Amino acid sequence: MTNHQSAYFEFLCHFGDNALILGHRLSEWCGHAPSLEEDIALANTALDLMGEAQLWLGLASDVEGHNRTADDLAMHRDVWDFRNFLLTEQPNGDFGQTIMRQYLFDAWHVPTLTALTSSIEKSIVEIAQKTVKEARYHLSRSRDIVIGLGDGTIESRKRMQSALELLFPYVGEFFTSDSVEQQMVKEGVLSNLDNLRKSYFEEINKTFSSATLTLPNIQFSQKGGKTGKQHSEHLGHILNQMQWLSRAYPDANW
Amino acid sequence: MYAQLIKSEATVENPKKLREFQARIDAGEKIEPKDWMPEGYRKTLIRQISQHAHSEIVGQLPEGNWITRAPTLQRKVILLAKVQDEAGHGLYLYCAAETLGASRDELNQMLLDGRMKYSSIFNYPTLTWADMGTVGWLVDGAAIMNQVPLQRTSYGPYARAMIRICKEESFHQRQGFDIMMKMANGTLEQKRMAQDALNRFWYPSLMMFGPSDSDSQHSAQSMAWKIKINTNDELRQKFVDQTVPQAEYLGLTIPDENLKWNEKKKRYDFTDPDWSEFYDVINGNGPCNVERLNARKKAWENGKWVRDGLLAHVQKTTSKTVTVE
Repeated sequence: MTNHQSAYFEFLCHFGDNALILGHRLSEWCGHAPSLEEDIALANTALDLMGEAQLWLGLASDVEGHNRTADDLAMHRDVWDFRNFLLTEQPNGDFGQTIMRQYLFDAWHVPTLTALTSSIEKSIVEIAQKTVKEARYHLSRSRDIVIGLGDGTIESRKRMQSALELLFPYVGEFFTSDSVEQQMVKEGVLSNLDNLRKSYFEEINKTFSSATLTLPNIQFSQKGGKTGKQHSEHLGHILNQMQWLSRAYPDANW
Repeated sequence: MYAQLIKSEATVENPKKLREFQARIDAGEKIEPKDWMPEGYRKTLIRQISQHAHSEIVGQLPEGNWITRAPTLQRKVILLAKVQDEAGHGLYLYCAAETLGASRDELNQMLLDGRMKYSSIFNYPTLTWADMGTVGWLVDGAAIMNQVPLQRTSYGPYARAMIRICKEESFHQRQGFDIMMKMANGTLEQKRMAQDALNRFWYPSLMMFGPSDSDSQHSAQSMAWKIKINTNDELRQKFVDQTVPQAEYLGLTIPDENLKWNEKKKRYDFTDPDWSEFYDVINGNGPCNVERLNARKKAWENGKWVRDGLLAHVQKTTSKTVTVE
């Protein structure tokens, strides 16, 4: 692969893997949610994300040109090949952790997909235009629930505050740039994301204020998922489950 | 079926009103929520519709068991959408039951403390990917067999819910059969999984229709009210007659040595399921009863703080709005 191809491939895997891994986590809720409406809504979000993963990974496989399909990328790569944020692979925990993880992700997902709608790559624009509509809906829903549970009972506030403290260290990774991203910006595939951090914090500060939650005062962030250098231990277990069948019977057509 | 062993309530009411009610049903009219109805009709329907709703909800679990392990992205998406449909069916059906004066929370509580049942079929484990095919092909196939006639049931909201449900169920059955085609035409291991799944699910699927009801007074009353359209035996026979050629097409063997075409009766003769196993499962002793119910109890208990939190928020917001006004 050329330098461009290789960076472009990794960039697409980053988006595909975020959607795939978070979609996988959400799908674990199926049949176990706090209410029937929530069960349906979580499955819906998981479905949107799985659909998004198929699109990004499909494009990644075209770009790579090695006859690997989107399925091969999902089912036959190992931990170090995955480019998803650490946040997306964190366990579901209680419903509060799941919805907080979702909100923190959605608040990044919407502006980033919006930026991609003005990419110079037509195929990226098409995917971004389709998926940003879904992501906006996810954001509006996760924001409402974070506010509802933060400003709910004493217990629900306590749980949401703990979820925020647990997951906030994974947010910093959203704003780390790497050589892949820099190259994409240089080539016009991705527009400049300089304002992303500022607008992200405006969004979450407003929400947490309505939710009566306090943003933890921490200066560090966990990272290594986006670059694939150091995932959490959780990703291996996700892949173990997700990939097992396909790997156990490599000759089978399903 | 998704509703098994539904006991019809006896009705002691004004004979004139009862006759008029029966005449409306006989004339093919739909009974709507605000219409007069005998208490027995109401209670039997609540029991039947909620058992069906509970079955949809508990039925999410055996298939949900494979979502994270689906072998391709497309299969994963289809399965997830299917299980989500089941939750949606549960929702319509609970709404239909609510039109009869039952509350969803109360019905849910009755499921959790064992006062209400769900279909026996969901107490069997799903062990290989072929089970996702078999559940779609046989379990949804059997469900459709019962639900298609219920689109003509006398209670309006139930009939209308059933129309929508049937459309989705028939899609589910096709996707199940599609999985079976891939498995049955696949590698040796896939064929083995497909046959094994059929072996395990065949008799439990036949049990879905419930025991023979030819002598049952309850069935007779439910049939007069058109909340049961066919007998269990009729539907079971129809299911066998439809399924045998499909199994032959797949190259799979139905695990019944006595299965034979009866030229005189123009139908298949087959072995009845082991009804003692059915009663064991219905009474809580199937392979997965405890796990299934515990999963539902856990989901409900763990979700309490969420439901309470959101409700408290709505109450605060409403009172703020009222104060401002």
